[in-house]
Amino acid sequence: MRGMNDYILEFDKVTKDFPGVRALSQVSFSVRRGEIHGICGENGAGKSTLVKILSGVYPHESYQGRVLFDGEELKFTGSSIRQAIEKGIAIVYQEFALVHQLTVGENIYLGREPRRGGIINWHRLNADTQEILDRYNLNIPFSAKVGSLGVGQQQMVEIAKALSEKAKLLILDEPTSALTETEVGALMEILRKLKEGGVTCIYISHKLEEFFRIADALTVIRDGMMMSTMPIGEARTEEIIKMMVGREMTERFPKSKHQVGAVVYSVRNLSTYDPADPRKKLIDNVSFDLRQGEILGLAGLMGAGRSELLTTLFGEFGIHTEGEVFIEGQAAKIENAREAMEKRISFVPEDRKKQGLMVKDSILHNMSLPNLSQFSSVLWINGLKELRMCQEFVESLRIKTASLLSVVDSLSGGNQQKVVIAKWLMSRPRVLLLDEPTRGIDVGAKYEIYKLINELAEKGVAIVVASSELPEILGICDRILVMHNGRAMGILEKNDASQEKVMTLAMGLPLNGTEER
Amino acid sequence: MKKLSIVNQIRMNLKTYTMIFALLAIWLLFGILTDWIFFSPRNLSNLFRQMTIISFLAIGMVLVIVTGNIDLSVGSVTGFIGVVAAYLQSILFAKGLPALFPQLTAQSIAALSTALTILLCLVVGGIIGTMQGAMVAYMGIPSFIVTLGGQLVFRGGNLGITQGKTIVPIEESFKEIAQGYLPNNIGLVLATAVILIIFVSFLWNRRQRKIYGFSLKPLSVDLLKAGFFSAVMLFYVLIMNQYQGVQNPVLLMAFVALVFTYLTNNTRLGRYAYAIGGNKEAARLSGINIKANIFQVFIFMGLLCAVAGIVLTARVAAGSISGGVNYELSAIAACVIGGTSLMGGEGTIFGAIVGSLIMASLENGMSVMNMDVFWQYIIRGLVLIFAVYVDVASKKNR
Repeated sequence: MRGMNDYILEFDKVTKDFPGVRALSQVSFSVRRGEIHGICGENGAGKSTLVKILSGVYPHESYQGRVLFDGEELKFTGSSIRQAIEKGIAIVYQEFALVHQLTVGENIYLGREPRRGGIINWHRLNADTQEILDRYNLNIPFSAKVGSLGVGQQQMVEIAKALSEKAKLLILDEPTSALTETEVGALMEILRKLKEGGVTCIYISHKLEEFFRIADALTVIRDGMMMSTMPIGEARTEEIIKMMVGREMTERFPKSKHQVGAVVYSVRNLSTYDPADPRKKLIDNVSFDLRQGEILGLAGLMGAGRSELLTTLFGEFGIHTEGEVFIEGQAAKIENAREAMEKRISFVPEDRKKQGLMVKDSILHNMSLPNLSQFSSVLWINGLKELRMCQEFVESLRIKTASLLSVVDSLSGGNQQKVVIAKWLMSRPRVLLLDEPTRGIDVGAKYEIYKLINELAEKGVAIVVASSELPEILGICDRILVMHNGRAMGILEKNDASQEKVMTLAMGLPLNGTEER
Repeated sequence: MKKLSIVNQIRMNLKTYTMIFALLAIWLLFGILTDWIFFSPRNLSNLFRQMTIISFLAIGMVLVIVTGNIDLSVGSVTGFIGVVAAYLQSILFAKGLPALFPQLTAQSIAALSTALTILLCLVVGGIIGTMQGAMVAYMGIPSFIVTLGGQLVFRGGNLGITQGKTIVPIEESFKEIAQGYLPNNIGLVLATAVILIIFVSFLWNRRQRKIYGFSLKPLSVDLLKAGFFSAVMLFYVLIMNQYQGVQNPVLLMAFVALVFTYLTNNTRLGRYAYAIGGNKEAARLSGINIKANIFQVFIFMGLLCAVAGIVLTARVAAGSISGGVNYELSAIAACVIGGTSLMGGEGTIFGAIVGSLIMASLENGMSVMNMDVFWQYIIRGLVLIFAVYVDVASKKNR
């Protein structure tokens, strides 16, 4: 078998469509048996779609093309991810699926505990666990509660769980996003041992340096298309970055003639600690200035800390933060949303359904919620004034709805997003923080939102836009602050910025020579 | 802005129609089973008086549930405040007031005693609400636990005050709160006044909408609506006048229901409560003080328990150890039947009132039928479970 086919996994012209979007387009690549194969790509390039095809979440009828595993076509029915596990494909996700209250052994064998006559055979379970941990040199006590372990060790438990199922192919999806530097080192060590033991590994990441440390081959994808597969020895950083971002600016961005004025908002040495791990900084010493009528982009890869930065600035993140914020030169203390709103700062959160809307309530009630004090006293809400004001915003934002009393759930994604934005514009902000303002909405709606952002800038609002879509950031922003691992890597001026430069900074690499500011 | 089509309006109000249909079906059933005794003016008068106590609790419970909480102590608190009222009336004030104010006539003493009792009961209710609310909102103890503990605490308080005995007598003026009737002609005058207010407010509302530049529904639709409400009310007053007149507690209930309907729809407190239940995270990011809102809601619940306790003692004309037992079940059932969602964020005062009427009708009907008490308990318990099931099932379908 080995002689016949040296490849354990082959993608053959795989195309996967979602309504309105082509997630994968004619993707073909092969993974050699026993190698560590890196896959890299920008946010939304199609990495997770690949993983979901391999895990069986997307059944084989839902995509075109063939996926061969061990020379045999995979035909998952999508009913259960057990099918993939039985074939020998194991996946360690970014978010661990572990039960914190159970021990390492109990987690590894969860749902398939060795039994004797219907009763769990604890001796067997413990012995098997110890054997797996020993075989791969994983240094964790099998009887420890998973909740008491650090993130790195938890990940080892996930890997052990995958291996205990006799995996032939191990897929690691962004394995280092939550790890410290030492933990990354330990992970690399384990992967090397696994490789010696004959396990093939697909390593998905957007951190280039990790591929150079561990991978044998690298596949680059962009916008659902295979760009190239190469042995790691032939890979060059600049070329990879070019392949990852060399996207046509197909989306159109509206022209804007907004004027940038004086500095209205300054952030100095801002740091925020992880609420789950008080030693870890999620935002590390970030400083920037924002001018009146300016649109500042916040770029960075997944986990760079964009959302955390905005939420911190709105006073609603974490327990422990350091640093100072100045509004029009005055030091401002903002510890919750109310205080932020008093300072006329508005925040449009990333996840509209979870953080922005009461989806079962009316457009009217959603829009007026943070602004009720504008048309109410303690004993009375002026319902007609409320209606009229919301009506004004529905019209100026061109929200398509039959009535202000319609339930938000009944609107399209783009219109829902407009409701969230309207809700925050009614409070007439000086500083507007937008987190992924165009996520999950169609191109036409995106264009309208860009237009709206420009109009606001023209009126003198200072705007920060965090986005994972590079063309969007480059298309609408005056300056771009690039983040990596919670740190500000640099600020690029619009005419100086390119996708390559932003991506280089976002990956934590220095810009060459004079381009750096 | 386009108008909602008639079909959409009907669909939006489907829950209300189902509820009223269920009520009519239950009435018809009991009518047949009791040889139409159920529909005698006397029994209807009793029925509406019975429903008031549960209504007060259900009105407060709507707000509590809307914020995503629950209050299991309302029955015990009602019973506790009921015996506090009886204790004040028949022991403390009966002896204390004549000693303090020897110059006053017996009649004035009685009036003073009643007024002070009402005031003190409201204070006690407010304090209880404040304490439970603080524990839920500021100390972070789940409301389920706080009020489950409270249930036993106030049941104990009740036993402590009564020492296991029934406390009598109650002043006549105090009994009037629950047992009295409006004279027939005053009832009619009041009804006429309210009808006038209904029509004037409908027209006022139209004028305002016009001033603010909104489209108007056809005048006939508004007039029909106003006419319907007026007719229902007038019909009620006429039926009640055939017995002894409109009951005082029903009047009180109508007043409280109006106040709280206003509170839920037209004040920030109400809006925030719905927002918190609808999406806590969005509410927090909208700058709402979630703790303060939940705290306030529990204070209102405490005050309404006090009202219920006062009416209870006035109705049975005694403070007894069994007062208020199981009222929390009826109140929660009334809310859920009336469309309040246990997930929070949804529910109306009007619904809770209709729900209370349904629960009271069940109790009343079963009593008129002379059904064994054990069956009554079983059926009421099952009705609660069924009502929640309907709520859960209707959510799943959407």
